Amino acid sequence: MPTVIAFIAGLLFSFGLVISQMVNPSKVINFLNITGTWDPSLAFVMLGAIAVFASGFFVLKPNKPLFNSEFDLPSKTNIDKPLIIGAVLFGLGWGITGICPGPALANISGLSPKIWGFICMMLVGMTIANKVKQHK
Amino acid sequence: MLTQFTPLSALLGGAFLGFAALLLLIGNGKIAGISGITSKAINPKHAKSWHWSFVLGLIVGPLLLPLSRFELPQNFDSSWLAIIVGGFLVGLGSVIGSGCTSGHGVCGIGRFSKRSIIATITFMFTAVVVVFLRQHFAISL
Repeated sequence: MPTVIAFIAGLLFSFGLVISQMVNPSKVINFLNITGTWDPSLAFVMLGAIAVFASGFFVLKPNKPLFNSEFDLPSKTNIDKPLIIGAVLFGLGWGITGICPGPALANISGLSPKIWGFICMMLVGMTIANKVKQHK
Repeated sequence: MLTQFTPLSALLGGAFLGFAALLLLIGNGKIAGISGITSKAINPKHAKSWHWSFVLGLIVGPLLLPLSRFELPQNFDSSWLAIIVGGFLVGLGSVIGSGCTSGHGVCGIGRFSKRSIIATITFMFTAVVVVFLRQHFAISL
């Protein structure tokens, strides 16, 4: 059942990315371009997403998930170097292309070679970071 | 490329994202962080079937929407060099920083996590600076 739930969640997530047009990197770049051709749409996407998730998280939160024995939530609470360094590196890549992991994957069926190239390089970056993390 | 401000479709799409993340949390007890799920899916030490089924849903989902109203972009402004450098940095940074726009930006902020709020401010500020510099100093990549 968790596999089916995850599949449905993935579907709904992609619907959200397509409906909100976050699959279009130009929308993202224009959001980031606050002194130029600013398009505030992304802020509204986050507002909608956070409002639904937060209200569900704080109102509904049962003692345990429906199809798992316990919640698997991040346990770290301190601001450490990897968090900041990682966020800066991610911000550089996101600012250069306007593409982040969710929209990249949701764009696969559009068959654009550049999206496929982006995903290949993203997976290389993730594999290297996984290795670095395992050595620590 | 210029884009229109689309507050209603942004809010509606955002609500779908939030609902998807909530379903994964209430159903499976997991955080819908795309970089976390993808990087674990390709890591033999951590890969589970639900990682792959989530990614599969994310990939096939757009094919189920009516093409006349919702289509995926066909032209990307970024050069190949930008795609290669940007893709690598997005993959590397999201794993080192334990999250991306979904894990930190939606789920983390939605839980009022201090780490995620700081991470989101950091990557948004960095990305804004990148776009500003490229706009005003015509840095091409």
